[in-house]
Amino acid sequence: MSDVVERFDERARRAADRVGETVVHRGELLRHPVYTRVLHWSVAIFFVLSLLSGFAIYSPWLFRWLAPLFGGGPRTRALHPWFGLLFDLFFFFQFLNWFTPMTWTEADRRWVRRIKEYATSRRGVEPEEVGFFNGGQKIYFWLIAVSAILFLITGLLMWFDNLSGRWVVVVSYVIHDLAALVMLAGFIIHVYEGTSHQPGTFHSMIDGTVTDRWAWTHHPGWFRAVTGRDPRQAYERAKQRQVEREREGLNPPV
Amino acid sequence: MSNPRTFQIQEISAHPGPVPGAGTRREDPVCKYIDVTTCIGCKACEVACVEWNDHPFRETTFNNTYQTMPTTEWNYYNLIKFVEDERDGNLMWLLRKDQCMHCEDPGCLRACPADGAIIKYENGIVDFQQENCIGCGYCISGCPFDIPKFNEKTNKVYKCTLCSDRVGQGLEPACIKACPTGCLKFGTKSDMVQIAGLRAKQLREESGFVNAGVYDPQSIGGTHVVYVLHDIKQPERYGLPANPIIPPSYTYWKWLAKPIGLWMGLLGILAVFFHRVAVGPRVPQPEDPPLVETQPDSVEAKRKEQP
Repeated sequence: MSDVVERFDERARRAADRVGETVVHRGELLRHPVYTRVLHWSVAIFFVLSLLSGFAIYSPWLFRWLAPLFGGGPRTRALHPWFGLLFDLFFFFQFLNWFTPMTWTEADRRWVRRIKEYATSRRGVEPEEVGFFNGGQKIYFWLIAVSAILFLITGLLMWFDNLSGRWVVVVSYVIHDLAALVMLAGFIIHVYEGTSHQPGTFHSMIDGTVTDRWAWTHHPGWFRAVTGRDPRQAYERAKQRQVEREREGLNPPV
Repeated sequence: MSNPRTFQIQEISAHPGPVPGAGTRREDPVCKYIDVTTCIGCKACEVACVEWNDHPFRETTFNNTYQTMPTTEWNYYNLIKFVEDERDGNLMWLLRKDQCMHCEDPGCLRACPADGAIIKYENGIVDFQQENCIGCGYCISGCPFDIPKFNEKTNKVYKCTLCSDRVGQGLEPACIKACPTGCLKFGTKSDMVQIAGLRAKQLREESGFVNAGVYDPQSIGGTHVVYVLHDIKQPERYGLPANPIIPPSYTYWKWLAKPIGLWMGLLGILAVFFHRVAVGPRVPQPEDPPLVETQPDSVEAKRKEQP
């Protein structure tokens, strides 16, 4: 996330940062700048709209429930490709924005191997090799990248079916569905991790900041990179300080 | 004479649950008989179709044949195909009246995602209900005969109705009414198949067409339009698929894999919910000390844990 390199989306980033604002309080770190947050929620909005309008057409059992949300079947059909295109457009910018921190490394492979421990432990502090994003986040990112391309190609083939032909539509239809199901699975986990499972994470996508403690717990590599402090030591010190404060009665019972 | 039983609905596209009133009445399946060997290509059926369906005039396309236009269109349900074929070194005109085949197992209906946009009556007629059509065009890819056609203005798909409105009143379809040679007939499926079989036999035995036969493809459960062909071994020469099939996307994928996918999605939501309930959140470490008294509560400590 170097600021030095002039990027394709640099102007948009500057504009977003000029309009928006991120307030970083004491004990907090800037995690997601304004541009990233705006992109994330643009992608999210059009993802959800695509998902709902798509699932209306996906399944006869959902048609009656979801089609009315968009003004009936014909309008659902008319809107869905445009939702999808906008999702792809915003994700394209997010892809450029996050391409560097999302690069797959050896540490991510080890993270995937520890996934069971990650999913079942409640009080773990991540090892220091976990940087700005962990292995799971990177998998989700690359799944979206692949799916976005698949959605675009198969979607256009189905949209302009008079140009593509019968069997092309028939195959595209299945690929489009498969991509949607994979994305749905990822989306469920993503929303859960970002909200209920990891307190403090949702805040980072709304206000852009996280606490020191959040940083050394979930992304210690990143904590070291931005603060220059050792995450393990910082964690131990915080724990020690808490014990001392308790001993001195500074954490009095209410 | 009005016959309400004709409009007894047998199947409804993408409709969860049973068809209302299914099986309460029985209706003989109807069928259109087309003898390509006696068709003279007069196009009376084309005109009758446009007339009865009150379709606007449509510009024709000349491409060096007598054919009115290359394919059927959204407002031109019925088209005689003028295929110039060769037989024993001579030109042979294969005149085939092309329209919806009204399949027993309709690919368009299987493909349709909109509740009630395509229905099949007890008598076998497959009919589009444009008021429920969402214009996705899946039916076009589901059809083995390239029949449903999209209207760019209304964003709906149209095709031959086998004059379900006329048949409902006890009349034969408009094309049948107009045919001057008797190469078109209309009646029950069993009658038409029998007549077609007799005519094919006649062609084989008396006219020297040793391969003459009836086109009623069983790969889609038969059709409610049957052809008598000079050569049943090569239906492709008439532009008819030898083994028309419905794409597996609209059968196995749609009715088996898709529901499984949905259930997995639902299970996924339940899984993360119960993960939160059972395992709990990953809180930034060290956690804040509890705000309330940490001394053991004497009453609570004595209470035995109960489910």
